[in-house]
Amino acid sequence: MKAQTAQTGTETTPDLLYSEAEDDLRAAVRALLADRADAPTVLARAESDTPYDPELWRALGARMDLAGLLVPEKLGGQGASHREAAVVLEEIGRAVAPVPFLTSAVIATETLLALDAEVAEVASLVRELASGHRTAALVVPFSVGPHTVRLPETLAGTVSAVADAATADVLLVPTAEGLYAVDAAEAAVVPLTPLDLTRPLAAVTLDGVSGTLLAGPDATLVAVRRALLAGAGLLASEQLGVAEWCLTETVTYTRERKQFNRPVGSFQALKHRMAQLWLEVVSARAAARNAADALATDSPEVALAVAVAQAYCARVAVHAAEECVQLHGGIGMTWEHPAHLYLKRAKSAQIALGSAGEHRAAIAELVDLPTP
Amino acid sequence: MTDAAALRSRTRALLAAHPPATTEPLDFLKARFDAGLAWVHYPTGLGGLDAPRSLQTVVDAELAAAGAPDNDPRRIGIGLGMAAPTVLTYGTEEQKRRFLRPLWVGEEVWCQLFSEPGAGSDLAALGTRAVRDGDDWVVDGQKVWTSSAHLARWAILIARTDPGLPKHRGISYFICDMTDPGVEVRPLRQITGEAEFNEVFLSGVRIPDAHRLGEVGEGWKVAQTTLMNERVSIGGMRIPREGGMIGPVARAWRERPELRTHDLHQRLLTLWVEAEVARLTGERLRQQLVAGQPGPEGSGMKLAFARLNQEISGLEVELLGQDGLLYSDWTMRRPELVDFTGRDAGYRYLRSKGNSIEGGTSEVLLNIVAERVLGLPAEPRNDKDVAWKDLAR
Repeated sequence: MKAQTAQTGTETTPDLLYSEAEDDLRAAVRALLADRADAPTVLARAESDTPYDPELWRALGARMDLAGLLVPEKLGGQGASHREAAVVLEEIGRAVAPVPFLTSAVIATETLLALDAEVAEVASLVRELASGHRTAALVVPFSVGPHTVRLPETLAGTVSAVADAATADVLLVPTAEGLYAVDAAEAAVVPLTPLDLTRPLAAVTLDGVSGTLLAGPDATLVAVRRALLAGAGLLASEQLGVAEWCLTETVTYTRERKQFNRPVGSFQALKHRMAQLWLEVVSARAAARNAADALATDSPEVALAVAVAQAYCARVAVHAAEECVQLHGGIGMTWEHPAHLYLKRAKSAQIALGSAGEHRAAIAELVDLPTP
Repeated sequence: MTDAAALRSRTRALLAAHPPATTEPLDFLKARFDAGLAWVHYPTGLGGLDAPRSLQTVVDAELAAAGAPDNDPRRIGIGLGMAAPTVLTYGTEEQKRRFLRPLWVGEEVWCQLFSEPGAGSDLAALGTRAVRDGDDWVVDGQKVWTSSAHLARWAILIARTDPGLPKHRGISYFICDMTDPGVEVRPLRQITGEAEFNEVFLSGVRIPDAHRLGEVGEGWKVAQTTLMNERVSIGGMRIPREGGMIGPVARAWRERPELRTHDLHQRLLTLWVEAEVARLTGERLRQQLVAGQPGPEGSGMKLAFARLNQEISGLEVELLGQDGLLYSDWTMRRPELVDFTGRDAGYRYLRSKGNSIEGGTSEVLLNIVAERVLGLPAEPRNDKDVAWKDLAR
C-alpha cells in the first residue's frame, strides 16, 4: 500500500511559500539578531564562559514571545505553527545565534505538548517554557534521531552530548519507566567542548536525582519521537539559513576581492560553484518548507517530508559552509572571520537529530524501497 | 467576458454547436480557435479573449470532461511555445492572421532554424546569410539540431543581414517556408540510433520581405522573445512523486528483489531524495507563478533535471545488470516526439546525455545564474565591438 501512494501521486499539496505574516516575523527576528547577535558578538560569546547570551534569549524568547510560538494560546503561548517556527530558525541559522530556541522552544516544548495537558505538572511546565523565563532540554544525545531513539531503563547513569543542558533550568529525561522532569540543579551537568561553539553540549549524570514523573512509558516514547521528528524537520530550516548566509557572503566577497587584475567572482571556475550552490539552496528551501508545512498541518506525509528535508538540507549546509571557507581563501581559515562558526554549526547539525543515512533508511521504509 | 463563469458558458456553447462526437477534430479545433477558447490570454480574433492566462484551465477542464479533441500540444510544441509568442509580439496584423490559426490547430507544424554547426552556445555568432534582392531576401547557410524540420511547414529563422556590424547587431529574423526548393532537410542520426533532429541546408532560399519579423538588424532582440518563452515553457508543470525518470528505477527495485545490492540501495535512495526535492522545488516555483511572484528558480530547474536524469538513468542501467547490457533496437527511427521515459533504460541513459546540452548547455546556464541571479561580474569579452566578419572562427 505504501508503494501505491508513492507511485500514484496521491500526495497532498503543501504550501511552500511564505505568508505575509511569516515575512513580517522574519523581518522582526532578523532586525533583532542584526542588532544583538552580529558576528563579533557571537564569536566573543562563544569564547566566554557563558556560551548563551541570556539577554538575547530574553529579548527573543520572552519579549518577542518566540519561546511560546508552538504553544496553544490556552497554555500561554502564541498558538502559531511550525511554519512560523521554521522562519525563526532560518534567521537563527543565518546568524548562528547562540539561543536555545531549537532545544527548548521546539524539542522540549514538543515533548510536553505531546503529553496529557490535563496533568498539572505538564501544563505548568509548558506555560513556563512558553513565557521564555525558563528553558528545558530533552536529555538524549543531540545525534539521536526520531527513528533510532532508545531509552535508558531508569533515571540513572550519564547521557553525553546533550544540547543546551548546561543552560537549561529543567531536564526532561525519557526512560523506559516514563518521562521525568528533573531540576537541572539536582543533576551533575558537565559542559563538554563542542565542535559547534554556538551550541553548548554537556554530559548529564542522573545518578541519585529525583524527578517528577510526567508520563508513562508508551506516552513517553510517542512524545520523544514526535519531538525529535519536529526537531529534525525544523533543523532543516536552520540549515537553510546557514547555507543562505554562506552563499550570500561568498558572493559578496568574491565580487569585491581582486586577483589577476579582476574580481575573483568573474572567474568561471568560481561562478559555476556559486551557481551550483544557489541551486542547492533553492532546493533546500523547497524541502525545508515542505517539512515545516507537513509538521504544521499534521500531514499524513510528515515523516517522509521530514526525512527528505534532513537527508537533503544537512548536506547542503555543509557544502555551503565548506565552499564559503574555500572561496574566501586565506581569510576563510582565520578565527576572526565568522565562516568557521558556520562550518562548525553546519557540520554538527549534519550529525544532529539523525544522520542523513538514518533519514534515508526511514525513507526506504516509507516509500517501499526495501534494503537488500 | 473574462471571468470563469462566462468562459464556462462560452465553452459549453461551443460544445453544443460542435458536438465532439460528430464533428471532425480539425473542424472542432478551428471552431474553438474562432470562439476565442484556444489560448484565452491571446487577443480577441486571434484565438483568445484577452482573458487572464490562468483561466485557460477552466476551458480545458470543460473540454476534457466533454471528450473534445485536443491539438496535440507536444507535436506542435515549437509552434505553440516559441513561434506563436514571437509572431504575436513582433508580427504585423497580416502575419498574425495568416499564421496563428493553422499553427494552433496543428495544420501547420513549425520548426526553429537557430543553431548552426559553428554557433551553438554562442548563438549570435551564426553565419547563415540573408541578402536583400528586390522584395525578397536570399538565404544561404546551414542549420543543425532542428527538431521537426522534416514535418514542418514553416520555420522561425535567424540569419545575418549585415556582417559588417558586431555579431548581435547584424541579425534579422524571418519566417521561412520549408517547402521552398532551396531548403534541404537531412536526418541527423544520434547516439541513441534514431534521428530525432535534422540538419537543414539553405541554398538560395527566397523569403519575401513580408515574412520578416521585427526590423532589419533587430533579429537578436526578436530571438530573445523566442528563447525567453522556451525557458518559461520548460518550468511550471506539476509533477507527481516519482513522476520523472526515478519512477522506472523505483519500480524495478520493488519488482525485482534479485537485483538489489547495498551499494545500489544507497545510491538509489540518494537520487530518490534529490528527485523528490527537485519535484518540490518545481512545485514551489509553480506556486510562486500562481501567486504572481515569479522567482528566479526557473533558471535552475533545467540544470537540476539535466543532472538528475543523467545520474538516475545511469544508475538504472547498472541496476538492471545483465539486462543493462542489452539495447532495444538500433534501427534508425524518425520519431515525431521524444519519449524520455517510454523506452528502455539504455535509451534513457543515452538520450539524457542531451539534457545538459539542448536548450542551453549546463555550463552556459550556470554562467547565466551566476551573473543574472547572483550578480557576479561577467567574464571579460573580446567580441562585443568587433564586426562579425572580423571575428575568429
